[in-house]
Amino acid sequence: MKIISPCSLKQSGILGINSRNRDYIARYNKRKYYPYVDDKLKTKLLADVHGIPVPALKSIIRTQHDINLLDPVLSELNGFAVKPSRGSGGKGIWIIKEQKNGSFIKSSGAVISKNDFKRHLSNIVAGLYSLNGSPDVVIVEDIIRISSVFSDYSYEGVPDIRIIVFKGYPVMAMLRLATRVSDGKANLHQGAVGVGIDIATGSAVNAVWFSKTITRHPDSDNDIRNIKIPGWKKILELASGCYEMSGLGYIGADIVIDKTRGAQLLELNARPGLSIQVANGAGLIPRLKLIESVQMPFGSAKERVRFSIRNFGNY
Amino acid sequence: MASKTSFYIIIALLLTLGFGLAIARYTYFGIPLTPDKFKKAWLLEARVDFEAGSGPVLAALTLPENPPGYKILGENSASPGYGFAIIENDGKRRGEWSRNNVNGPQTLYYKIQLVETGYDYNPQESDTVVADNVFWNETEDVAARYVVSTAGEKSSTPESFTRQLIEIINNPEPEENAALLLSSYKPVELLYKLINYAGIPARISQGLLLEDARRRQQPVQLIEIFSDRRWISFDVVNKEQGLQPGYFLWQRGGDSLLDVVGGSNSRVTFSMIQSSLSSLDIAATDIGQSGVSWLGVHSLSVEEQGMFKFLFLLPLGVFVVVFMRLIAGIKTLGSFMPALIALAFVQTSLFQGIVSFIVIVTVGLIIRSYLSYLNLLLVSRIATLIVIVIILVTFFSLAGYHLGLSTGMTITFFPMIIIAWTIERLSILWEEESGREVLKQGGGSLLVAVAAYIVMTMPLAGHLTFNFPELSLVILAGIMLLGRYTGYRLSELYRFRDFKAAANEDN
Repeated sequence: MKIISPCSLKQSGILGINSRNRDYIARYNKRKYYPYVDDKLKTKLLADVHGIPVPALKSIIRTQHDINLLDPVLSELNGFAVKPSRGSGGKGIWIIKEQKNGSFIKSSGAVISKNDFKRHLSNIVAGLYSLNGSPDVVIVEDIIRISSVFSDYSYEGVPDIRIIVFKGYPVMAMLRLATRVSDGKANLHQGAVGVGIDIATGSAVNAVWFSKTITRHPDSDNDIRNIKIPGWKKILELASGCYEMSGLGYIGADIVIDKTRGAQLLELNARPGLSIQVANGAGLIPRLKLIESVQMPFGSAKERVRFSIRNFGNY
Repeated sequence: MASKTSFYIIIALLLTLGFGLAIARYTYFGIPLTPDKFKKAWLLEARVDFEAGSGPVLAALTLPENPPGYKILGENSASPGYGFAIIENDGKRRGEWSRNNVNGPQTLYYKIQLVETGYDYNPQESDTVVADNVFWNETEDVAARYVVSTAGEKSSTPESFTRQLIEIINNPEPEENAALLLSSYKPVELLYKLINYAGIPARISQGLLLEDARRRQQPVQLIEIFSDRRWISFDVVNKEQGLQPGYFLWQRGGDSLLDVVGGSNSRVTFSMIQSSLSSLDIAATDIGQSGVSWLGVHSLSVEEQGMFKFLFLLPLGVFVVVFMRLIAGIKTLGSFMPALIALAFVQTSLFQGIVSFIVIVTVGLIIRSYLSYLNLLLVSRIATLIVIVIILVTFFSLAGYHLGLSTGMTITFFPMIIIAWTIERLSILWEEESGREVLKQGGGSLLVAVAAYIVMTMPLAGHLTFNFPELSLVILAGIMLLGRYTGYRLSELYRFRDFKAAANEDN
């Protein structure tokens, strides 16, 4: 079994779980702010207040009774997404791309009858997907249409951009591409491709699939190194603004790009994972240390993003 | 940083207190730092329970005398309000408790300290012994004569005769004469009568299997025959000749083990604990008043000491779990489930423990997969699982018992509620991730449990934690120090194994 020596890990500045938990999450994330990120509905409402773009909220289902009142709302929508507000890891999320003859067609192409759809909503409200089985709320929101930039690089799911934001500074970014193996999901350990993104330019620097370096998407065979995310600076500013919004010092912001509406915040994560370092081929520690050493913090997201672009670019 | 200094002050205090007390105990009382390999010492406690009617009470318990293989170091009795005397009569020692006027449930204790002498001390007797007279009724007499002659035909010595008789009595389908006798006598009693009837002196003895930290043990009845001027013991159930290692003969022949006059529902149970010789000396001499002695558990009854022996092991198990999670980075189900499972393994023995754990969890998982169809709320689902686990444990122990695995009973030591939670977590893991993840985390938990088991069963660990309970403070300091460790986990060295290659490509 091949392993790496702790010395060379340290040299590369890799952040480990123990250090992340104690030196960053425990120190910079106050417990009382957790509910704002663990509950997607709260995140959404808070984002609205702070002027951060999110997929438009179409309806909220709080009780079993509300499910029957949904029909007039849905009849006006073509595509939409239903999510459990307190679900984790993407569980219970259904993306409906269109409605046809009273049944629903999921993004994977599966056809769902109206009764099955209602049962799913009922399960969410009963708490099937919430963390400890407590009753939950269903969010019905606008569907994200995949931007043409990514259409050659993703299998079914819409790619999302994970940006680690430390004390308001974007420090590292990764694009997650769904694959056939990951079944349209964007979690790396389920088989999605992680693409490291240069903070300065928004272009791909490195890609990993099942922790092996790759250059082409496993399904479409397109060269991943050609990816360059448009409007990168705006995306960084959006992510940076999540600091003021959530009050959390160490977060992962998940951002998607809609074909017409542009960048939107999907959700925040108070315990972001560490594989972003593998995707970027770079460690987090030097970047985090640099920000901790800044004496006079910048007030606005724009200034913080300028600092990050100057310091964390790859070239 | 103020928090940092106060943290290290606390750690220093814990370490000084822990080591200081241990060193004090070592220097003043001379408790050895390592377990004594050559002389196993035991503290044995007989507990007599009975219901006193109103009026005077006399309880008499037969006490051991010159037990083969052991030397008695000291004995005492703890029974407030009772007069106690040891009476020797006809070479037999009996402890007699008496009290004039009592009422309600009574508990009397008799403690004895033993040390193993390592060889079978069973001297030749100078006197000859004659067989006891045996009386049967007429039909029994015919049957007994037949059984004795059948056994006699196939044997040449008193020993082989006894073996033949044990064979006949233990036959699952006894022939009709033996069956007739067995219908009115217990096997040991019948054996006693038959052997004496054949003219060979025999007696019934009470033996105890000495195992560390056992509580509420019942004595085992053995038969002893007199041959070639020696008493030779036979285990009726296991058909073994000679005293098996680990057996302590509490009573050899004579009257009943316990007689209570003026009380009812009387019974005697035994608790035992293995100890180092010098800590036994401490227990034997009354040290109630001296400084640090109250911190030790030697002044408690043996039954309670046995409980503490396990309790003191737990911090060590918890430490191993913390180490395996924070330093090695092994994923486990539930934070401290492996420590509790390891504690159960200590009582069941490792192999058996692992097998029964896997069987119960697997069957539980199958049943749980049906439960998820029923869509129960969490609390009721866990409660259902707890009841199911209890039923499973009962079923498997009974099945084990009837299959002749006497040790099957020990799986009742498993922490049922923890197992129920384990099944719940595994099943959620199965639904949300994959069967692979279930094997990974389930296997990880078992691995950590086995590591904790290995550490907890080291003789040195058991010795130190029990005789120097203050060392728990040192373990505590270690656990707190591990909580400040922010270095890499071993699992991360594997997770990021390809990292260097990626970094080089960039440069």
